[in-house]
Amino acid sequence: MTRHIDIRKNTYLDSVSLMSMSTKANAIEGVTQAFLAMATPMNKEVLTNLDIVDPAIEAAKPSDLMIIVDVADDALENAIDEVEDILARKNSGGSDTTEIRYRTLDSALEEVPEANLVLISVNGAFAAREARKALHADKHVMIFSDNVSLEDEIELKQLAHDKGLLMMGPDCGTAIINGTGIAFANAVRRGSIGVVGASGTGSQEVSVRVHDFGGGISQLIGTGGRDLSAEVGGIMMIDGIKALDADPDTSVIVIVSKPPAEEVADRVLAVAGAASKPVIVAFLGSSRTESGYDNVKLVSGTKPAALAAVLATGVEESTLDLHPLNLPLIEEVRAKLAPGQKYVRGLFCGGTLCDESMFAALDKFDDVYSNIQKDPSRVLSSTDPSKAHTFLDMGDDDFTNGRPHPMIDPSLRMQRLVQEADDPEVGVIAMDFIVGFGSHEDPVGVTLPAIREAKAKAEARGQHLEILGYVLGTDLDTPAVGAQIAALESAGVTIASSSTNLGLLAREFVMKGDN
Amino acid sequence: MSINDLFAASLKPVNLGLDMFADDLAEQNAAPVRMDWTPPGGGDPEVIAALSKLEVPRISEKIDAANRVALDRVLSAQPFLEGFGQAIDTVPGMTKKTILHAGPPISWERMSGPMKGAVTGALVFEGLASNLDEAAELAGSGEITFSPCHEHQSVGSMAGVTSASMWVHKVTNRTHGNTAYTNLSEQLSKILRFGANDQSVIDRLNWMRDVLGPVLSSAMELNSDGFDLRLMLSQALHMGDEAHNRNVAGTTVLIQALAPYILETDFSTKEKREVFDFVASSDYFSGPTWMVTAKAAMDAAIGVKDSTVVTAMCRNGVDFGIRVSGTGDQWFTGPAQQVIGPMFAGYTEEDSGLDMGDSAITETYGIGGFAMAAAPAIVALVGGTVQEAMGYSRMMNAITTGNNPNVTIPALDFMGVPSGIDVRKVMETGILPIINTAIAHKEPGIGMIGAGIVHPPVEAFQSALLTLAEVIGDN
Repeated sequence: MTRHIDIRKNTYLDSVSLMSMSTKANAIEGVTQAFLAMATPMNKEVLTNLDIVDPAIEAAKPSDLMIIVDVADDALENAIDEVEDILARKNSGGSDTTEIRYRTLDSALEEVPEANLVLISVNGAFAAREARKALHADKHVMIFSDNVSLEDEIELKQLAHDKGLLMMGPDCGTAIINGTGIAFANAVRRGSIGVVGASGTGSQEVSVRVHDFGGGISQLIGTGGRDLSAEVGGIMMIDGIKALDADPDTSVIVIVSKPPAEEVADRVLAVAGAASKPVIVAFLGSSRTESGYDNVKLVSGTKPAALAAVLATGVEESTLDLHPLNLPLIEEVRAKLAPGQKYVRGLFCGGTLCDESMFAALDKFDDVYSNIQKDPSRVLSSTDPSKAHTFLDMGDDDFTNGRPHPMIDPSLRMQRLVQEADDPEVGVIAMDFIVGFGSHEDPVGVTLPAIREAKAKAEARGQHLEILGYVLGTDLDTPAVGAQIAALESAGVTIASSSTNLGLLAREFVMKGDN
Repeated sequence: MSINDLFAASLKPVNLGLDMFADDLAEQNAAPVRMDWTPPGGGDPEVIAALSKLEVPRISEKIDAANRVALDRVLSAQPFLEGFGQAIDTVPGMTKKTILHAGPPISWERMSGPMKGAVTGALVFEGLASNLDEAAELAGSGEITFSPCHEHQSVGSMAGVTSASMWVHKVTNRTHGNTAYTNLSEQLSKILRFGANDQSVIDRLNWMRDVLGPVLSSAMELNSDGFDLRLMLSQALHMGDEAHNRNVAGTTVLIQALAPYILETDFSTKEKREVFDFVASSDYFSGPTWMVTAKAAMDAAIGVKDSTVVTAMCRNGVDFGIRVSGTGDQWFTGPAQQVIGPMFAGYTEEDSGLDMGDSAITETYGIGGFAMAAAPAIVALVGGTVQEAMGYSRMMNAITTGNNPNVTIPALDFMGVPSGIDVRKVMETGILPIINTAIAHKEPGIGMIGAGIVHPPVEAFQSALLTLAEVIGDN
């Protein structure tokens, strides 16, 4: 051990800074004891008590700075350099750019009165209270959080309705307001198509398909997944349609939702029918085909909704690339699958994407299982093994309890993928990959090892396992959709061009000749 | 703003929750307002229920009105230094065998190491025991009355130990007529109030009893006007003190005022010289003076019906206690916390005793940690930058009833110090008052080993809120 003593004449540093520097110096690797202080009688006495005695210390005056460092021999040089750095305060430069953060909504809104929308993603147990405060302060609200009670949702939406405010969410974390994506959203062109969606990924999918067809989005309002339930009664959907109808920058309105309660559907359609603009309605999985209103067109899926909306803005259908189903591809995949490989397994991040694929399968098959199945005899829980055709919404509460959404953390889905590959009756595994604001920074890249492992397992027993992927995103997103697709293709994944096509292709791949 | 007005306006979002959403908004040039949100009441359902009970408009209006009354009393208080006296003749309820201590009530058995060190030292100093062992025996015998300073209109630094023959300040709030007391600074480091108690400590106490106290007392007898301490405090803040941990300016202002009177006394030049040398030996001389100034102001706010304003925060090294205006003398306590900050060389966090002293009366009044922005020279205590110190002072606005126009911070455009801590706001925001304070060694007999930052335990505010919800919410 070496004791390094350095007395600097007439060098003043205040005692509090020196205490702080001593604390840092004591943390340097190899230093057993460091002492930085002015040579006052009191400090010299402390040194004496610590048995640090030296003529140089004795001679030092109160205006002198004492630097005493006990350090392991081999670390001496480095330690002295680091002490010099601390004395030079290289790491403590003050910055004026420190961002102000507020602890309460009251103080934030008081300091920034021009704020006009509050995005809430805190635990659902507390979200309603904050949303109530925001609405009382006349701010629009989007609740991203899950687990907000139905009673709270109804009360908040009624309050928002009375005040003429937006109360988006809960449980549908998507919006694009004035061109800005809020929570989960994609970078899409601005345009004249307004969307009101009670389904998050469904709304994202519509916006992306609109972008893909060359159109753009004026506003995208995510109403919350329960908005069209009998209890909530479509309060926000109806206010959203009216607002888009009154919006001069919107020429066409798209409504997207999982199947609504019948009486709510009637009410929503009536409001849509009263609008002065064309309204395209996708009630996914609903058996309705006629709206009863001239300006309201019912469509079967997200892609038909986007297409109808773009056409309603005056675009010629012949100018569009419609990405029709690739029939030769279907033949090719069917040929690769063994006769016993008759089932689809869908592993989804997006709830509506899962729904849409499941409905495509239900059109042709009975034995379709899911954690979001309406038919109670076909419901699987998150821990049940897959059965026959299985479509899992892994973003559902059952899977996300206590862990992040698979759009953010795909690890659970990767485990499940490898597991599904063990089943020799499985022909196709369908998966969505969602990029954009709020999502994982590289959802494909992180999943590729599991994809390779799954394919290798099937190959090892002499089977071809078809992995069918769909990337929800645009060329403007980060990462761009093109790069994600290229990475999937390089791992032998077949790509569907839309959520709608994903469901149709998966179904067709396992369809055996005669049905 | 209607939905269509929002479409026509530029989006200005507030992000309450996941920071990644704020990052995404920033990336789209929609500069988000960011928040550091925590669940109200620490997420405790009982506390949230109590908060909701007090949020009912009829109740909250009543509380707001009561808090304005309490705050007005604090702001209009004019504490004047009237003189100095020995505790036995001056402090209410003092006896020869009474030992006053800091913080809420505590028995000898439960006292922390440094407080025990201070008590035994004081018993030797008073001649009630001939050595420390005998003093410890006497302390545990039941013969000594232990009582919190706060229950005797007093405050005491660190261990707060005040015995019969020690000299105390007499400070009268001329607006409301109440008087408050505190003992004299022993200066810093190896001293009784930090738990040190060897002969050098006793010698200094003897000198303070025989020279310092009498000199100061005689000086003030020559001054019939008293000193306007609020004015001096305000000057000290403008000169870079926050008047809890940094008292360089305040000490200068105070001794400057005292000096002519000291010179006029009949003491010898040697004795006067000793007094000036003592004051010059540490900047802490005026520390207790600002504590008692705050105490005299806060006592005026005790007992305002329906008020949720905190009138005292203090700690005894084991428990942290608060008192609230609307509940009078009742104590609400939680465990004393560890003070985090730079330490003298040779000591580590394991050596530090828990938070101790009545000095948090300064924060209760709105100075000390609440006025960190006034004292950029000691930002190292908060582990960081001047900007952060500014932030601390601003942040305290979120938990206080108002600002003190008489005591202001130049660097914040002369913002008055945040005053009148509201129990409701503390629980609602999850922001605990910030206290900057000294650190004593956990063992008796050693003394000061550092200084830093500490917060009260949330439990004290929780139990205060639950009681307030019953007392106010049900009537």
